[in-house]
Amino acid sequence: MSHPVKNKSNLRSDLNIIQHWVSEESQVLDLGCGEGDLLAYLKHDKNCKAYGLEIHPDSIVSCVEKGLNVIEHDLNDGLRHFKDNAMDTVIMTQALQAVSRPDVLLDDMLRVGKEAIITFPNFGYWRTRFYLMIKGKMPMSKTLPFNWYDTPNIHMCTFRDFEKLCREKNLTILNRTVVDKNHHKSLSISILPNLLGEIAVYRVTK
Amino acid sequence: MPQHIPSDNVGIVTPQVAKFDTPLELRSGKVIPSYELVYETYGELNSDKSNAVLICHALSGHHHAAGYHEGDSKPGWWDSCIGPGKAIDTNRFFVLSVNNLGGCHGSTGPVSINPETDQPYGSDFPMVRVRDWVESQARLADRLGIQKFAAVIGGSLGGMQALRWSFQYPDRIAYCGVIASAPKLSAQNIAFNEVARNAIMKDPEFHDGHYIVKNAIPKTGLMTARMLAHLTYLSDDAMGEKFGRDLKTDEIKYGYKPEFQVESYLHYQGEKFSTSFDANTYLLMTKALDYFDPAQYTNGDLAKCLAPASSKFFVVSFTTDWRFSPERSEEIVDALIEADKDVVYACIESEKGHDAFLIPIPRYVKVFTAYMNRVAKELGL
Repeated sequence: MSHPVKNKSNLRSDLNIIQHWVSEESQVLDLGCGEGDLLAYLKHDKNCKAYGLEIHPDSIVSCVEKGLNVIEHDLNDGLRHFKDNAMDTVIMTQALQAVSRPDVLLDDMLRVGKEAIITFPNFGYWRTRFYLMIKGKMPMSKTLPFNWYDTPNIHMCTFRDFEKLCREKNLTILNRTVVDKNHHKSLSISILPNLLGEIAVYRVTK
Repeated sequence: MPQHIPSDNVGIVTPQVAKFDTPLELRSGKVIPSYELVYETYGELNSDKSNAVLICHALSGHHHAAGYHEGDSKPGWWDSCIGPGKAIDTNRFFVLSVNNLGGCHGSTGPVSINPETDQPYGSDFPMVRVRDWVESQARLADRLGIQKFAAVIGGSLGGMQALRWSFQYPDRIAYCGVIASAPKLSAQNIAFNEVARNAIMKDPEFHDGHYIVKNAIPKTGLMTARMLAHLTYLSDDAMGEKFGRDLKTDEIKYGYKPEFQVESYLHYQGEKFSTSFDANTYLLMTKALDYFDPAQYTNGDLAKCLAPASSKFFVVSFTTDWRFSPERSEEIVDALIEADKDVVYACIESEKGHDAFLIPIPRYVKVFTAYMNRVAKELGL
């Protein structure tokens, strides 16, 4: 679960987007925190009380070495470690598409946190659409290098799909930033996000 | 003793004794007027006495956690984790390991002489609870000039002591290691203990706990108690892998003597234990386990109970431990998060059951070592 997407942490650019949405000294939970780069930033630069959930043993050791709070946990088991409204913000970068029930986890994230920040790769990106249309095969790319049978990304969706889910759940999208794979924004992406954007960063609340 | 003691071993160790004449008032209301604690130390205490790590032992444990006693062939019970370059690195830490009060390996307990009667205490030795052990360990720390432990670490019942330390003496512990433990026993755990106690107390040689003066030992009872307990420390898979349905001989004998290898093994373990452990100590230790439930004083709210703690926490569980399952460790983790404490939690894949915490499983050693490195780094050791 920790590395369902290659190129996951182009941290600086991820941070540039996320940091404005996380308050100083707030309580933050990072789902699938990997080696803890984001957690370390939130702890040291924003004085957050930050916890990370991770399942990969080596990533857990990396977090321990960085002095972070890391809890071994499979996101498919939900967030039963946490009580309602225990956190200010629950963050999940590039893992939504890899859990068994993204919709249930989304509910859980907003049960535990007042806000959720979610990033995921866009299956509606033009190259992905083009790949499927021309080759007639499940799309593979540098960002999504897996075969259909061994991919951890079992629930790929487009931005439009995600926003439809949010509407069905009566969730409010506070912010959305759509970027390319290097986390850069552009005018063309802002005009046709679901076609030209590769990764979206959403800030959602109930 | 092996011919060559490995370089990552603390070597030959000699137990020490500390005598205390200040009466210790116990949770039960009873008082122990004076007592002795037997302990071992490994590594060097630094000049500001900031590198001490207290090791708390489990039900059948004792002070001999690492290194060799003169003439012994086996090292201490946690030698896999304590020594130069090991998880609890004696090049950096000064390790203190105590035989608990009520034990039977040298500290004052049921086999000691009761000064009031000049006879062994036997079952007159007062019941000791986890908080009493913490209190007695704190007094030993005073004696050694240790104001604050870098870490207090224990597995199983030892983990309960470490957890208790965190809020009983929050200013005297920087890091708390709770391994294969639980915030309280389940009904099933208590039931297992009661079967064990019943086996001991119904043994005709028990003599109401005063067997020593009768020159007797409730060996059969203690053996049965240990056989039962031992099988709860192993997982189904571990037993299956080790013994399967293997027979001692080529064919079944239609008798009731041990025929399967697993029976033979349990008999061996029970036999060994029954000649080396005191039955009253066993009863006392199981009661301390049963009674441990610190959250009962905060209406069952463990987070509230742990709120006074100022240490950071390291919690570890093992997948096939069904005596103290991962879910029990996760109750502790949940409460620590709710109480805004710093915590690291690892659930180690292992087929070894509860006993896994004593075994150097690579992933366990790796995360334990990383955590202790962090302790040393953050404390500037």
